[in-house]
Amino acid sequence: MRQSREILRMTGIRKRFPGVTALDGVDFRMFPGEVHALMGENGAGKSTLIKVLTGVEGVDAGSVELAGATVAFGGPDQAQRAGISTVYQEVNLCPNLSVAENIFIGREPRRLGRIQWSWMRQRAAELLARLDLRLDVSAELGTQSIAVQQMVAIARALDVSARVLVLDEPTSSLDAKEVEQLMAVLRALRADGMAILFVSHFIDQVFAIADRMTVLRNGKLVGEYVTAEITPVRLVTKMIGKELAALDELEVSERSRADADRPVLVAADGLTRSSGIEPFSMTIRRGEVVGLAGLLGSGRTELARLLFGADHADGGTLDVDGQRVHLRSPRAAMRQHIGFCSENRKTEGLIAELTIRENIALAVQAGRGWTRPVSRRRQVELATRYIEALDIRPADPEAVVGTLSGGNQQKVLLARWLATEPRLLILDEPTRGIDIGAKAEIQRLVATLAEDGMAVLFISAELEEVLRLSHHVAVLRDRRVVAQLANDGLTLEEIMSTIADGGRP
Amino acid sequence: MTGHRLFWPAAALVALLLGNLVVSPRFFAIEIRDGHLYGNLIDILRNGSPLILIAVGMTLVVATRGIDLSVGAVVAVSGAVACVQLGSATVLVAVAMALGLCLVLGAWNGWLVAGLKIQPIVATLILMVAGRGLAQLITGGQIVTVSSGPFLAIAGGYLLTLPLSFLIAMAVYALTSLVVRRSALGLLLESVGGNPEASRLSGLRSGRLVWLCYVFSGLCAGIAGLIISSNVTGADGNNAGLWMELDAILAVVIGGTQLTGGRFSLGGTVIGALLIQTLTTTVYALGIPSQETLLFKAIVVTAVCLAQSPAFRAKLVKRRRRNESTTAPTEPAKVEVSP
Repeated sequence: MRQSREILRMTGIRKRFPGVTALDGVDFRMFPGEVHALMGENGAGKSTLIKVLTGVEGVDAGSVELAGATVAFGGPDQAQRAGISTVYQEVNLCPNLSVAENIFIGREPRRLGRIQWSWMRQRAAELLARLDLRLDVSAELGTQSIAVQQMVAIARALDVSARVLVLDEPTSSLDAKEVEQLMAVLRALRADGMAILFVSHFIDQVFAIADRMTVLRNGKLVGEYVTAEITPVRLVTKMIGKELAALDELEVSERSRADADRPVLVAADGLTRSSGIEPFSMTIRRGEVVGLAGLLGSGRTELARLLFGADHADGGTLDVDGQRVHLRSPRAAMRQHIGFCSENRKTEGLIAELTIRENIALAVQAGRGWTRPVSRRRQVELATRYIEALDIRPADPEAVVGTLSGGNQQKVLLARWLATEPRLLILDEPTRGIDIGAKAEIQRLVATLAEDGMAVLFISAELEEVLRLSHHVAVLRDRRVVAQLANDGLTLEEIMSTIADGGRP
Repeated sequence: MTGHRLFWPAAALVALLLGNLVVSPRFFAIEIRDGHLYGNLIDILRNGSPLILIAVGMTLVVATRGIDLSVGAVVAVSGAVACVQLGSATVLVAVAMALGLCLVLGAWNGWLVAGLKIQPIVATLILMVAGRGLAQLITGGQIVTVSSGPFLAIAGGYLLTLPLSFLIAMAVYALTSLVVRRSALGLLLESVGGNPEASRLSGLRSGRLVWLCYVFSGLCAGIAGLIISSNVTGADGNNAGLWMELDAILAVVIGGTQLTGGRFSLGGTVIGALLIQTLTTTVYALGIPSQETLLFKAIVVTAVCLAQSPAFRAKLVKRRRRNESTTAPTEPAKVEVSP
């Protein structure tokens, strides 16, 4: 493998978007007949690199060479014609068309303007057979499993005589058996000399299939590693990086001692949702911060959504304050005084066109129903109080939320839930994408809230943050809670190695 | 001041009225006959009241990201029930039965949309078609005429010198504004329309709210149906309220409520409805041949929509700047073709 010539070489790739440098001088190369994993945390630049490679985005600086010749793609179609095929995370096929139609859509074989259906079906069957898949190609795609749809997407990519195959998170919606099936296909394609770029958050899968890996962090290249020469722990360290210590000026002592005497507020036993999270058991005590650590896609959000009733659990039990509860809706969770700040501020959190005042009052108002309005005066009072307490800017209750910066939007969302005076507050990535000052304020707030007796479930991709604030840390991996660690003297390395080896000693 | 949401629709209304004044100086004239006000402006208020009513109901539906295509058909049903019932029952009973059925029809729409999660445009299309059939069924396919004095007063009567129908429309508008803004309904509707998922995660029972809006829209269309049938002294299942859903949607949009839901303005809707009614009146006043009426309407509506569009205004400003800086003074005036 070493000796063969590079099929792809990207050198010094720079890409700026307004306000951010997404890629900063990144080098990347691929050889024929290898599976190459592109690794990095959220926002590391993986997607941008793929978009540059597949012609979706242009570059500001740097060059792309394919099989020795410099190329500059004007669009995805040009990249595809040059032999770079992409299968995206969300299968972007048409579920209402047949399997064969999906494989040939946009380039149907024609004779005298008429589509040659029989030839098309035959060729589709051949292509799928190459992936070891035998099925009725005239069946509607939507009736097939997600795994099969994924295969069809790959078959479609293969037919355009691809030399480089890009798979963006191909396994995120597959179960274990389907993943194995996909892996077998990838091995076969690799043996045929295909260069495969594989992006996944599942460490296990990467180590099972990849020959080499390139790690990005904050738009910069961290390094290229041969899989056999790197351990999962070192990989996770490379991905997360060490320079996150910038926040360490925050006094660690703010965290009060964990205390087993505190009354249990929430107790989950075997709670589960298929396709979301494996059964887990967990207790959260009053005045306690429980942190969830794990990579993206490890099931952190899914766990949180079950505790808030945003999704239905389909197994296990949940007790709040000693009472058995069935959280069928967020409303039911709110009656138990549970609040939830979603990680997607824009799509699941704020109403962008409403004002700060209206957004803050919304959850309180929803709890009262429309016939018992929170008076305008009380709304302004609430808004003013939290604008002051959380230092929301602009300090104008009538400012439209959509115009605020990310950090201030996050504070408005927090204020909405604080206004409901919850007993348990679930914070999903409350500090993501906000500046360091706001981040420190929110951390301090979490510590204070717990001090005052509120239970907090704190989710963050930044392990330092989880470690600093939490009394207990639950580690998730591959949609499973693999360990629950008490945080007395817990170290970053311990958490990382737990994430990497899945809690196995 | 141009930043205010109601500026452009109000400006368009004023411009249209002034245009009328230029063409016919007596357009604004109002005289008192038999203690009632008469004149073009009063006609606009009187004839515009059914549209105002329907558009007010439509506004709330649109605020939830919905749409109600069935209002025109509901107008026909309401008129049909009232006129048929007037044959045997008192006015009060006939009106109550008509409005009762309209509430049921609205509830049906709401159930399809909020309960069964059918796309609003499809869900209400069902009743848009079926409602006319229902109206025909009730009237037996005939045009049923009425002569009950109190019933005819709904459209033809006056109170305090003003047309009763306009007062009814204003009362519904005022009451709706009061309820929506004094209770939390307005906030919750704007929240559901602005971001349904975020609203659900904030504990809103959006289904109920959405359902309520369709029920209310049905009621408004029902009242409008009474006014219309009273005005023409009969029920015509085929033509009563025909295409009114489109005028109502137009009024809502001109009034500054976006079809994508969220923020809504009942005041804007009333202005929008009056604008459309003024257009109709203008068409008659100017003596524009009836075949060209729709075209004339379309041109004015297009102009209003363009004036409201920030993208279009930005383009216009940019073009003007470019022209100022690049055109040589000697260059002859050229015909501009919009890009």
